[in-house]
Amino acid sequence: MEGYEHVARQCRPRDRPPTGSAFAVGVCQYVLEALRPQRIYAGRGPVVRLPLLALLAKEPAHGYELKNLLEQTFGEAYPSPNIGQIYVTLQRLERDGLVSSQDVVQTTRPNKRVYELTPAGRDALAAWIEDPSDGPRVRDDFFMKLVLSPLAGATDRLALINRQRRHYLSLMRGLSGLADAHEGGSRTARLLIEGAVLHLQADLDWLQRCQEELL
Amino acid sequence: MIRHVPRPPTVRQDPALLRLVGLTKVFRGDGGAVRAIRGVDLTVDASEFVAVMGPSGSGKSTLLHMIGGLEPPTSGEIWFDGQRVDGLSQAHWAVLRRRSIGFVFQFFNLVSNMTVADNVELAALLGGASRREARARREELLSELGLASKAGTPPARLAGGEQQRVAIARALAGRPSLLLADEPTGNLDSSNSMDVLRLLGRVHARGQAIVLVTHDARAASMADRVINLFDGMVADDAVIRAPVGPPVAAAGVLRLSG
Repeated sequence: MEGYEHVARQCRPRDRPPTGSAFAVGVCQYVLEALRPQRIYAGRGPVVRLPLLALLAKEPAHGYELKNLLEQTFGEAYPSPNIGQIYVTLQRLERDGLVSSQDVVQTTRPNKRVYELTPAGRDALAAWIEDPSDGPRVRDDFFMKLVLSPLAGATDRLALINRQRRHYLSLMRGLSGLADAHEGGSRTARLLIEGAVLHLQADLDWLQRCQEELL
Repeated sequence: MIRHVPRPPTVRQDPALLRLVGLTKVFRGDGGAVRAIRGVDLTVDASEFVAVMGPSGSGKSTLLHMIGGLEPPTSGEIWFDGQRVDGLSQAHWAVLRRRSIGFVFQFFNLVSNMTVADNVELAALLGGASRREARARREELLSELGLASKAGTPPARLAGGEQQRVAIARALAGRPSLLLADEPTGNLDSSNSMDVLRLLGRVHARGQAIVLVTHDARAASMADRVINLFDGMVADDAVIRAPVGPPVAAAGVLRLSG
């Protein structure tokens, strides 16, 4: 552990990674990445952006239709973004030239804005689908806490690991309930839940390894 | 004014089903002494479902074997149903197990030259049931566990998941107050594991106390309480609840899938 702390101490945001073992450099880059708040949330972007492009590839639609389509496809297992998030995402997609929109006049209701995919959007979607997805997470928020906690004066690592384990187990219990609720239901939802369960199991196994190695 | 001081009762009125006090286990071998369990205090109430997790070699199975009398502790106390049992002879432990403690193992341990029905019925008879009662319990358990059609089959002809369900039926046939399970899903694939876990969940919902040793987090998350054993000591003892409402669980899916 001392090695990690040493590296973490050297890793102030503006520093270059120190020369040393590839592993130490890797840890340092990881810490630098993780320290940038926008990075922590960056992973959420594609989760909503690209499914929206995929849905628009079929036919033009407005915000509420997209929200409903997302819910129909992924069921309860997928966290339904609220309509505000959908519109913000659509605006960003339009700013980036991936979708275009036009107002459709309605006589009895307010006008609605219908979005459609641009050729650039179609290319971005195709590129996303063809790209292999990210492998194991190299950034992990909890690991960052574990490595940096002594610098912040929080020295009880066992308490930190225990809290995290309780949290994971509680999520696991929630997922088991969700799995029971989807028993015999949508296959997409069941596979999504099973994937989350397997990831969570791996997170717990890794937590155990951290406990064995660091405590 | 003189305050009334109640006298201590001569029989200990213990609300707990199981109580471990300062339990230790040292294995002495050629390579010296190994301190497998280093002072465990643990209380399990009737109808509680407790999971014990921890890395290999943390002492999980040793602890479970001591609770079930399969392994004598080096020091410390085991109280079961208000009675101190750590000093019992092997013969007394055998009687206690038949009547009050059910065991489920990773490798099923069914009697291979008896039918599924006889495996379960024998356990009921050993647990003190009359012949008629034993047959009734066997029929009830096998039908509840979806094994009625396999009653006349030898266990070896069954799939792993089915064998484990028979093993659970056998463990429950003596109407134990405590069910001990040692990695019951350790030898099963994912879907058979789910069947066995759902079964344990149903058994617990009827008020059965369970102590489950497992490295499978899905199994552990079925329990009300999860103990983390590390180097022969309790590193954590936590009540586990599901996050409130489905959105939180779904947020977990988002975080994990994103």
